[in-house]
Amino acid sequence: MYNTNVEMRVALVSEIEKIMEKDDRIVFIDADLGKAGSTMKLREKFPERALDVGVAEQNMASVAAGLSSYGFIPFISSFTSFASRRIADQIAISISYAGSNVKIIGLDPGISAELNGGTHMSFEDVGIIRSIPGTVIFEPVDVIQLVKALPQIVDYKGMIYIRLFRKTTPKVFNDNYKFNLFKADVLKEGNDVSIFATGITVSESIKAVEILKKKGIDAELINVHTLKPIDKETIVSSIKKTKAVVTCENHNIIGGLRSAVAEVMTEEYLCAPFKYIGVHDCFGEVGRYDYLIKKYKLSTDDIVEKTLEAVSAK
Amino acid sequence: MLGQKKVKELNIKCKTIRYLTIDAIGHLGVGHIGGCLSIVEALVVLYYNHMNIDVNHPKMEGRDRFILSKGHAGPTMYSILADKGYFDKKLLYTLNQPNTNFPSHCDMIRTPGIDMTTGSLGQGFSCAVGIAIGSKIKKDNATIYTLIGDGESQEGQIWEAAMYAAHKKLDNLIGFTDYNRMQIDGTTDEINSLEPIVDKWKAFGWNVMNVVDGHNVQEIDHAILSAKKCKGCPTMIILNTIKGKGAYFAEESGVGNHNMHIRPEQIQKALKELK
Repeated sequence: MYNTNVEMRVALVSEIEKIMEKDDRIVFIDADLGKAGSTMKLREKFPERALDVGVAEQNMASVAAGLSSYGFIPFISSFTSFASRRIADQIAISISYAGSNVKIIGLDPGISAELNGGTHMSFEDVGIIRSIPGTVIFEPVDVIQLVKALPQIVDYKGMIYIRLFRKTTPKVFNDNYKFNLFKADVLKEGNDVSIFATGITVSESIKAVEILKKKGIDAELINVHTLKPIDKETIVSSIKKTKAVVTCENHNIIGGLRSAVAEVMTEEYLCAPFKYIGVHDCFGEVGRYDYLIKKYKLSTDDIVEKTLEAVSAK
Repeated sequence: MLGQKKVKELNIKCKTIRYLTIDAIGHLGVGHIGGCLSIVEALVVLYYNHMNIDVNHPKMEGRDRFILSKGHAGPTMYSILADKGYFDKKLLYTLNQPNTNFPSHCDMIRTPGIDMTTGSLGQGFSCAVGIAIGSKIKKDNATIYTLIGDGESQEGQIWEAAMYAAHKKLDNLIGFTDYNRMQIDGTTDEINSLEPIVDKWKAFGWNVMNVVDGHNVQEIDHAILSAKKCKGCPTMIILNTIKGKGAYFAEESGVGNHNMHIRPEQIQKALKELK
């Protein structure tokens, strides 16, 4: 049994620690956010392989690419804003174009930046990284999923961006969960509407599905944990069955999950009512989680409302 | 000290590399001729007198590495690698042609013997720092060489990497600055001066060697030997060079030679002068 009551960052670091003990190719690099990411203990245990470049994310990304060329598997970590938009060119050239095997941890996606506010509140990171060739984007929903994903992330040869909510999450999966990095999770089968959710909106969607059930709506809920490459097969078969779509993401509606699902639908000539939960092309602001989730209309009630709209448009 | 025979040998090699580079860029009719020719001597001294590499095993573990951070001088790299036997010299004529493995900017996936993909300025230097750290972790005693441009030194990432390399005491890292004092829009002193360049690198915690004539193989070799002896910090070798060195039309063009169109008769005359 894995302790599911720990924060995501604690789970991440304790798993990385175990992997580093067995695999001397793993290097962990911070850019002065080791305390925020709870990685400080790695430095005591692995002084040569747990580095901190200071406040220099560009250098961190390219140093990691250099280490990758030397046979190492570096993990680099910063807030999503700095792990994506600030180092977009380094991700594109030093990492992806060069074929580097670098794993990027983006902490505090979207509204989870909370009191760091608009400067740190990345609603664009998925869009930026999704448009760079050769990238994989993974957003875990709870510690079980994160812990089960890490060995596959290490085994995968290439860049992976891990969009990581770092605090405690509601529990979604149990120990029996079978994880596949490239396969979306059908959390609940249904016939009336497909809800595709990612990150923090998954647990909101689980609650929404219960409310919808009482209203007579049989929703299918799919956790799209890997935003790129997106699991087309699962998306297409679900939409063909339900003929109504809702996407939910803690991200701008441009460039993220909504865009990715719409791209799949256009490729496959799928036409269906399509509603979406997400940030409507604006910057973030300071606030606590409970305030921001309502402000940006990402909550359970918003998902229920949009889902009803999608179903009634069928 | 290099013996007279070796000096002669290296100087002949420089002529060969210049010839191949001008010929390849000339075949296409356009290219980064200036910055390719300013670094010939440095690369020749490295590849023919210092680097522990094996042409039959381009990915040999523990080998010395060279990261051309000013990736647009790729054609000079290709000339050297072809001359050393990494691939057929005829392939140099495919430079920047469709489906080539020899693009303007260095690409480690496409080209045998290239140790790092570069081209977005500033990044290769950071990669070299990462490689030097990797070599320290593996304790394989490799020496990591890297070369940056003077215009490239205006990138902030160079100085992020410089700070960290000194902090990590990377004495297995030897950098070169191609100080030809020219960039696309003008001279470096007109656009955004690097001076005092030696003091800057010293202030960042580097051992600094100033090679007065960056086209003198003896001086370059001496600087590399001194750098190898330096313990506890990385070394930056400032090469005072001439952009376009050895091709009359490029030298005459001055700041215009960064990425210039070249006429066939210019190529023929320049190549004749090298024979």
